[in-house]
Amino acid sequence: MAVTDAEPEAPVVEVPTIEHNMATEAATEVHPGQVGLLPRNDAVMRMSEVQMAERADAPLDDENDQTMLMNMGPSHPSTHGVLRLMLEMDGESVVRSKPVVGYLHTGMEKTGEALTYLQGPTNVTRMDYAAPFFNELAFSLAVEKLIGLEIPERATWIRMLMSEMNRISSHLLFMATNGMDLGAVSMMIYGWREREEVLRFFELVTGLRMNHNYIRPGGVAADLPDGWRDSVGRLLDILPPRLAEYDILMTGQPIWRERLQGVGVMGADEAIALSATGPVLRSTGVPWDLRRDMPYLAYDEVEFDVVVGTYGDAFDKYAIRLNEIRESMRIVHQILDKMPKGDYRATDTKVTPPPRARIDESMEALIHHFKIFTEGFKVPEGEVYAAVESPRGELGCYIVSDGGPKPYRMHIRGPSFINLQTLPHMMSNGLIADAVAVISSVDPIMGEVDR
Amino acid sequence: MTDDDVTDTTADEESVAAPTGPVAFGCPLVESADGQLVIHPARDEWLLVASAILGDGFRMCIDVTAVDFLTFQGRRDVPEGILPERFELVASFINHERRERIRARVQIPEGDPTIASLTTLYPGADYLEREVFDMFGISFDGHPDLSRILMPESWEGHPLRKDFATGAIPVQFKGTN
Repeated sequence: MAVTDAEPEAPVVEVPTIEHNMATEAATEVHPGQVGLLPRNDAVMRMSEVQMAERADAPLDDENDQTMLMNMGPSHPSTHGVLRLMLEMDGESVVRSKPVVGYLHTGMEKTGEALTYLQGPTNVTRMDYAAPFFNELAFSLAVEKLIGLEIPERATWIRMLMSEMNRISSHLLFMATNGMDLGAVSMMIYGWREREEVLRFFELVTGLRMNHNYIRPGGVAADLPDGWRDSVGRLLDILPPRLAEYDILMTGQPIWRERLQGVGVMGADEAIALSATGPVLRSTGVPWDLRRDMPYLAYDEVEFDVVVGTYGDAFDKYAIRLNEIRESMRIVHQILDKMPKGDYRATDTKVTPPPRARIDESMEALIHHFKIFTEGFKVPEGEVYAAVESPRGELGCYIVSDGGPKPYRMHIRGPSFINLQTLPHMMSNGLIADAVAVISSVDPIMGEVDR
Repeated sequence: MTDDDVTDTTADEESVAAPTGPVAFGCPLVESADGQLVIHPARDEWLLVASAILGDGFRMCIDVTAVDFLTFQGRRDVPEGILPERFELVASFINHERRERIRARVQIPEGDPTIASLTTLYPGADYLEREVFDMFGISFDGHPDLSRILMPESWEGHPLRKDFATGAIPVQFKGTN
């Protein structure tokens, strides 16, 4: 550039260039959109409470009244908490439906704006209460991205260990509830029994069975305790034969297959258009797993397979989760081999509290400790989105910081919430008994749906 | 909105934005923390920009949310040529083939909190837009069922707005005497 050579004194106007593969132009006309990819879009009921009440109260007049409006839930054993469904039934089949949510809404995103970044994980961990580590992880990753904080290798691997153990416990819970919903009640006991074994390991490490507040910005709350290898090793020993029992009890069993195969079928285009993620998306044959496709932590250093389905039915969703337990165990085996030594949290004293012993001997350590736990640490201005592959799909955390010690805005993209949109499509023209199987196959956690 | 309006605003946008920095989908492109790519479309062009995003292979709308900047004036991460407003719509998209993400931040003025709905392009934005409507009172033109989703239908106000006071319910301990 001749101009800049001639005038070296002139301030160089920094024109940042960003390499990207995207189109540079806006569209000249509106895209036809993806609604056309939804063959059963008219199965989505668009009706308010008031309209439904009016319709319900209207007198039966003629032969045109062929369908019946029905309410299911919010307190129904098969709705996994407090999910309510408005159903329009034609005889025993579901014509249209509308999931109604919000019964557990406690304004956790609003609460998040009043808590410091160190307190944040205590709040988000209660959203998806079956997979609490993932909430903490997404939140912590987002905060660390904003600060630009590198965390020690050991902390990364501890996080991976806890995530994969949590995926196992969450999928075991699914095995239990899915069995229960479909009448395999003994499965409920088995799934819960195995899950409890995993929760015992969590208790050993974090002190709590659920809602651990263990993964925090800067690392994890405490190092792995003595004997953690034995505890994990024991789990890895007892789980495979029990999963083999599940195969006998469910996978190969004709009643189970009859009950699930061909129920709640969804295609890949449909799932993508409806923003479905996790096993719901993978069951349609889309091999999309953030651990592999957009690796975070150290998932690019472990080997595992992404389990995908073929038919997109409830059986695929069940089989995917069962095999994801096995894949997670495979990852845990590798973590046991590769777990590095070192710090379990960053040593940046502005973010993580100093070790207890330092507080007795150092004035600065005492001050840092006091500041972190009273005022909290400040996070640079900016906005960031961090996503992890939770057992239910993409769990994202969007944080806007105004430079203070509390998030200006904290939003959680809960996969259960968005996956619920697929319900009316999958239940359309199915029997009401199959609706139960469909709800169960999405595996929604209402704490995360309502937040 | 006629075609003339559309082309006019597009031309303005390019003439202002193009020289100052990188561009994607006709909007200023910036890098957020950790190198995440963010575009800043104008509100009037939202549907056209989203069409281009979809046309470019970003087939999944992964997240739609909003931020109320009432008590956070003087943001520094909005590029030149974009006027910061009170509300900001934040939408993220995924391209599965190229394994890319893009995030769009659209400014929405306080006086007229409306924006075009993404639901025709991305049906999956349905619940997310309802949540934004519920929590921030931003309405989406063309949404098939714009109603509250988390709060009761009879609720007044929009809880995630910064001027929606958080109150404590006094708890009285009864039955102890």
